[in-house]
Amino acid sequence: MISIKGLYKQFGQLEVLKGIDLEVEKGKVVVVIGPSGSGKTTMLRCLNVLEIPTKGVVSIEGQNLDFSKNVPQKNIASFRRLTGMVFQGYNLFPHKTALENVMEGPMIVKRETKEAARKKASALLKKVGLGDKQDYYPAQLSGGQQQRVGIARALAMEPEVMLFDEPTSALDPELVGDVLKVMKDLAAEGMTMIVVTHEMRFAREAADEVIFMDQGVVVERDKPAEIFTNPKEERTKKFLNMIQ
Amino acid sequence: MYLNSIFADPERTARLIDIAKTSLQPLLEGAIMNTIPLTIISFIIGLILAVLTALARISQVKFFQIVARVYVSAIRGTPLLVQLFIIFYGLPNIGITLDPFISAVIGFSLSVGAYASEVIRAAILSIPKGQWEAGYSIGMTYTQALKRIILPQAAKVSLPPLSNTFISLVKDTSLASLVLVTEMFRRAQEIASTNYEFLLVYTEAALLYWVICFFLSVIQGFLEKRLDRYAS
Repeated sequence: MISIKGLYKQFGQLEVLKGIDLEVEKGKVVVVIGPSGSGKTTMLRCLNVLEIPTKGVVSIEGQNLDFSKNVPQKNIASFRRLTGMVFQGYNLFPHKTALENVMEGPMIVKRETKEAARKKASALLKKVGLGDKQDYYPAQLSGGQQQRVGIARALAMEPEVMLFDEPTSALDPELVGDVLKVMKDLAAEGMTMIVVTHEMRFAREAADEVIFMDQGVVVERDKPAEIFTNPKEERTKKFLNMIQ
Repeated sequence: MYLNSIFADPERTARLIDIAKTSLQPLLEGAIMNTIPLTIISFIIGLILAVLTALARISQVKFFQIVARVYVSAIRGTPLLVQLFIIFYGLPNIGITLDPFISAVIGFSLSVGAYASEVIRAAILSIPKGQWEAGYSIGMTYTQALKRIILPQAAKVSLPPLSNTFISLVKDTSLASLVLVTEMFRRAQEIASTNYEFLLVYTEAALLYWVICFFLSVIQGFLEKRLDRYAS
């Protein structure tokens, strides 16, 4: 289980997260929606500590980080290994092939042998439909292919939860489908996922729960069928009207 | 006129050819025994210093930043020749007497470290922040991300300017002749002072420097191609 309690994040004077409380059960898929600047990406980045929260407690499968105190760097690195992150801009390592990108974590962080890492990476690339692109460099791949390598790279660390930060926002429309399909497959396999996205169809079809965030707080959370057809909060209604 | 005087006098022509031939060996000796090792050793030590200095400059720790800034400023703000004189002729006054070659290595390493640190700092900063984050996101530590992700990409960016530094260093090692290192140019001075054929001997030395630097640029081109396997 993943839980966030009283999460605050401030950038200088700007308060981006104003007390987020959230629990996600193992195996659930949660989609986070909301206008830009609502803090959804920041929340995700706090979960794998790419941003250090100002205060609050995050915990994943019993491991806690309490940011009211000073958290040692060592704890942050081990906590991060529980999460897999997929970035909007892919952030693949350009000097490594698709296969090497995926091998890197198991080999360097988990200290698996090169052979074991290669085997695992190869299987993961097949799983995301890129079995034939293993030796390509990122620059030789389309955006959709790069993002799928990104997903495989995160999966290679066998995380407890996968975090997706607008994974399809940078993609040409015709490439979005392949990435979403991989994500749906993952969801069907029981992977715990938190997905920040503007893909409402994905939210409808794959999410167990949709969370609407605005101005640094969770405004409303509900089943997708409920929140999309019958939103309770005024702000949620307004947002959904604007995007539909 | 010089050429006239040479070709008008077959005896002098023969003498010059003979000098050119016989001085080739000591010049090459100076290059192989001193110029080239001095260059390579100083460059390697300098590069390590440069990476450390660059990391200190971009670190969050104020103290490291200040030490790095002062070091770079002092080295860039004073002539290399003066630095070499301080190390070789100055330090004995406080009881530190160093071998000429060691003094030169120290001087050149410090110099390369300061100049190259700016190149490496810029190269590291040119790598998008997302690359660090991607490394962290798969559980890497700072050192792992630096070594595996950032520095290899920074190396590609910094190769052309670092090649410049390296080629400059080859030529700067001629200054070591003034702290008694018998590198190529000192050999040239020794030879010329016995036969007074300054133009010939110094030109010969210059040509040898040119040949060395030419080969270095060929190697640079080769390395650039190799690092260009991926386009970013």
